[in-house]
Amino acid sequence: MRERESRGTPAVIATFFIAALLTVLPLPEAASLGRPEWLSLVLIYWVIALPHRVGVLWGFAVGLFQDVLTGAVLGQHAVALALVAYVAIAAHKRIRVFPPLQQSVVIFLLVGTGALMSYTVQNAVGRVLVPPVWVLLPALVSALLWRPTFSLLRWTRRRFLVR
Amino acid sequence: MLLDQRSDHVQPLRFAIGYLTAPVHYLAHVPSAMGQWASSQAVSRADLQSENNHLERQIMILQQRVQRLAVLEAENVRLRELLNSSAELDARVLAAEIIGIEPDPSRQEFVINKGGHAGVYRGQAVLDAGGLLGQVVDIGPLTARVLLITDASHALSVQVNRNGVRAILAGIGQPDRVRLLFVPDTADIIEGDLLVSTGLDQRFPRGYPVAEVIRVAHDPGAPFAIVEARPTANIDRASHVLLVERAAPRREREGGAQ
Repeated sequence: MRERESRGTPAVIATFFIAALLTVLPLPEAASLGRPEWLSLVLIYWVIALPHRVGVLWGFAVGLFQDVLTGAVLGQHAVALALVAYVAIAAHKRIRVFPPLQQSVVIFLLVGTGALMSYTVQNAVGRVLVPPVWVLLPALVSALLWRPTFSLLRWTRRRFLVR
Repeated sequence: MLLDQRSDHVQPLRFAIGYLTAPVHYLAHVPSAMGQWASSQAVSRADLQSENNHLERQIMILQQRVQRLAVLEAENVRLRELLNSSAELDARVLAAEIIGIEPDPSRQEFVINKGGHAGVYRGQAVLDAGGLLGQVVDIGPLTARVLLITDASHALSVQVNRNGVRAILAGIGQPDRVRLLFVPDTADIIEGDLLVSTGLDQRFPRGYPVAEVIRVAHDPGAPFAIVEARPTANIDRASHVLLVERAAPRREREGGAQ
């Protein structure tokens, strides 16, 4: 029973790794303003799909990873993603049954919350230049990309029998 | 956790996570590296020949300058001996390649493919062929993060090469503009002046070109003159950089900080 529960951890880690790759992939400057929060998207998917396994701790660890990856204040994304994971885990049953459009709206709110959280931290350290409205653009792009990401990750989950 | 930003306690943790993030940066660099490789494979013979000629001519010019430089350096050492001050020469240089650019457009940083294992240390100065680029702010085992002089949180001490007027050069977050802070209206700075590092900030080696003044404006209502400059380094086009190591341990100097 225990062994059945913990299947497919490499697949989960691989998806986070790919998301990290997309996070630092060089983009033209105009496009990088709207770069989606890939790590948040992937985290939200796994939290909704496997709430008994992927939770706040995963969010914190992934966030710490993102901090070092992007050279942010250590803990900035960790706090933000832990919060996102917490909200997602609290609402996972509702999010699962939402129709696609409504789901995307929830994703926008979740990713936006995380982005604003990390913006707050950045602001406290005095490292921001852009007005907070720009922070919501990535959240919007993330929400638009939620459905394809969702389908891809669901395929991954079924293909590698992650449970 | 966040307060640790002010101290160095979390540095080992950051270093350890660096082992995980390094492969991501290396992998993310693969597509652009492959693109460069492909375009360098597809160069025609005529192009290569003309490039070769161009480079040979450049080497000639540079060698001629080096000849002059050797004489000047010897003379400089002699004069310094006369003045009883120690000669300062920056010895070791480490070449590195830029493998990642900061994804956040509000920050001017990049990631290079040399880290703690190659002897890179925090605060090390980074140059390219044109001049000063920035300094190392964060070390991973295999990568390091470089803060550019154009970042809004960066400032360094410079002086005008022509007459030695000192000022503080700060970034404003744009890749091709920097600004001089607190310049009196009467200071002798004109367009075209070359700004070089002074070494007073105890971070950067002395005497490297940093920026060229492109605009001097006097606003009668403002207490200081507005002086804008353009970095001489290829901030947004550089692909290879040099890390300069100080030959001697840090000398004690009077005054001067950012």
